[in-house]
Amino acid sequence: MAEPKTLGQMLEARGISRRAFLKYTSYLASSMALTPLAAKAMAENLASARRQSVIWLSFQECTGCTESFTRSFAPTLEELIFDFISLDYHHTLQAASGEAAEEARHIAMRENKGKYVVVVDGSIPTKLDGAYSTIAGISNLQMLEETVKDAAAVIAVGTCAAFGGIPAAAPNPTGAVGVDQLVTDKAIINIPGCPPIPEAMTGTISYILSFGKLPKLDHLKRPIAYFGNNIHDRCYRRPFYERGLFAKSFDDEGARKGWCLYEVGCKGPTTYNACATLKWNGGVSFPIQSGHGCLGCSEPNFWDKGGFYNPLPAPIRDVGKVAAGAAAAGAAAGLISAAAGHARKKNAMKEGKS
Amino acid sequence: MTDLLDFARGPALQFSLAVFVFGVVWRLVSLLFMPRLKDKSAIRSGAKPTMIAAVAEFFRRMLPKPEFAKRTRFTTINGWVFHLGLAIIVLTFAPHVLFIKSLTGLTWPALPNIVIFAVGGVTVVSLILALAHRLSSPVLKLISTMDDYVTWVVTITPVLTGLAAASHVGLRYETLLAIHILSICVFFVWFPFGKLMHGFLVFLTRGEMGAQLNRRGIKL
Ligand code: SF4
Ligand code: SF4
Repeated sequence: MAEPKTLGQMLEARGISRRAFLKYTSYLASSMALTPLAAKAMAENLASARRQSVIWLSFQECTGCTESFTRSFAPTLEELIFDFISLDYHHTLQAASGEAAEEARHIAMRENKGKYVVVVDGSIPTKLDGAYSTIAGISNLQMLEETVKDAAAVIAVGTCAAFGGIPAAAPNPTGAVGVDQLVTDKAIINIPGCPPIPEAMTGTISYILSFGKLPKLDHLKRPIAYFGNNIHDRCYRRPFYERGLFAKSFDDEGARKGWCLYEVGCKGPTTYNACATLKWNGGVSFPIQSGHGCLGCSEPNFWDKGGFYNPLPAPIRDVGKVAAGAAAAGAAAGLISAAAGHARKKNAMKEGKS
Repeated sequence: MTDLLDFARGPALQFSLAVFVFGVVWRLVSLLFMPRLKDKSAIRSGAKPTMIAAVAEFFRRMLPKPEFAKRTRFTTINGWVFHLGLAIIVLTFAPHVLFIKSLTGLTWPALPNIVIFAVGGVTVVSLILALAHRLSSPVLKLISTMDDYVTWVVTITPVLTGLAAASHVGLRYETLLAIHILSICVFFVWFPFGKLMHGFLVFLTRGEMGAQLNRRGIKL
C-alpha cells in the first residue's frame, strides 16, 4: 500500500472514522479556545495536512519527555498524529544508528530546507564549549546551531529544552541553558513541563499543521492555549484554600479530606499549565488530585525555588543566619552608640565641674 | 534566569529582614544602655512599685481620659481600627501565618480569606481617613514631618498590594505577589528608622512615662 499522503488518508487507513476524527479536532480546538469557525477550519486543514518533516534533537535530558508522548497505555489519536509527522531523526526512536542516523538528519535538512521543524528535548550544556554532551563527535551546541539554521521553527519540548531544566539547577555545573537562550533568530515555541502534557504537544503540532503558523504564545513563548491558565485558578481544591482549610502533612485529616495543599508546598498559584483542566493520562487525574502539591514544573527554575515542600510565602534564602548576624551587628552598634553617649556625658560633667 | 518573584522571595527579603533586625536591635540597645540622669527627687508617698506603674501606664494610654474622650473620639476609634486591622491581616492570613512559621517556627490557625478581605477593606479606608485627618487638622498638619507621610505610604502599600495579589486583579499573580513582597521589604527597611519603630518603642516610652509620673506629681 502506498504511504498515505495526508493525515486524513492515514487515519482512514488505520480505521479511524471521520466522525471520531471530527470529535477529536473539536476537542483539540476547544482545548485551544478556538472560535467555531477556526475549529471547522482546523478539522478540514488537519485532515488534508501533509507530512511535516521533523528533526528531533535530544540533548541533556532523561528521555522523560519522549516517554510522555510515546508510552501512553492505549493508542490514541494524539499518538497517531504523532506517528504521522515524519520524524526524520530521533535518537531514541529511529532504527538507524551511527553515521546512517546522522546522514538521515543531513538529508532531512537538505530536502526540506527552510520547511522542517526542529524539536528539542533536553538542555544544552555551554561550559567547556559544550564538551559535556556530544553526539556523533560534535557537541550539542554545534548540532543545535547547525540544525536550526534552515529550520522553519523550533519547538522546545520539556522544561530542560525550554528553560535549562534540572541540568541547569544551581550550581549548574555544565552551564546548561534552554534553546531560546541560544537561538535568537527563529520562531520558537516552548512546551515546558517535566514532562509536558502530551496534548499540549500534539495540540500545538496540529495547530501548526492546520494553519501553517504558530499559535499565540505568552511571554515565555508558551502556547497560551495550554499555558494561559493558572493551576490555582483552575484547581478543584481552591474552595478549601479560600476557607483556610489546609492539609498540614500528606497523611493527616486534612489530606484525607482533600483540603488545599498550599501549606505542604503547592506551587499552583505561580504555575501556568493545563494540568488542572486537561489532566494527565487521558484526563484521569493530575498531581494535586492524587494528593501532591504542584511542583511548578512548567516554570523556569522550578527546582531552585526554595524546596518543593516549602510553602510559597517562605523566603527562598536562609534568613535565620543573616538575621542572627544582623542582630549581633545591631547590638554592637547599639553598645557603641551608648558608649559614645556615656563618654559625652562624662565630658559634659567634667566641663560642668571645672 | 531569575524572575521578579525569585528576587523578592530571595535577596530582597533576606536583605530587608537583615536591615530590620539590625536597625531594631541597634536602636533598642543604644536606648537601653544610654546614660541616664539619676532622678534625685523624693518618691511621692503611696507610689506604686515602678514596674507596675510602667505596665499600668501602657494600658492606661490605650484609651483617652474621659474628659478628652469626645474631642479625640475619631483618632481613638480610627487608630484602634487600623491597628487591629493590620494585626488581624498580618497575623491571621494563611500565607502570613506560613511566612511567620518559616521564620520563627511558631504557628497558629488562620482565618478564612473572606474575613481577611473584609478586614483589609476596612483597614484601607481607616488608613485613608487617618491621612485625611492629618491633612485637614491644622495642628496635626503643622507637626507632621516627611517621616509621617513616608510611614503612611509604606504601611498602606503592602495592604493594597496584598489585596490585589490575593484577589488576582490587574497583573499576573506571581507579579502581584512579587510586588507585594517587595512592598513589605520596603516596610521592613523603613521600620527601624522612621515612626514605625513605635511598634517597639511604645512599650518603652509609655513605661518610662508611667515610671516617672509615679514618682512625682499627683496620683493619677
Ligand atoms: S492545592 Fe495548590 S493549586 Fe490547589 S488551591 Fe491549593 S494552593 Fe491552589
Ligand atoms: S501539576 Fe504542576 S508540577 Fe504537576 S505536572 Fe502540572 S505543572 Fe507540573
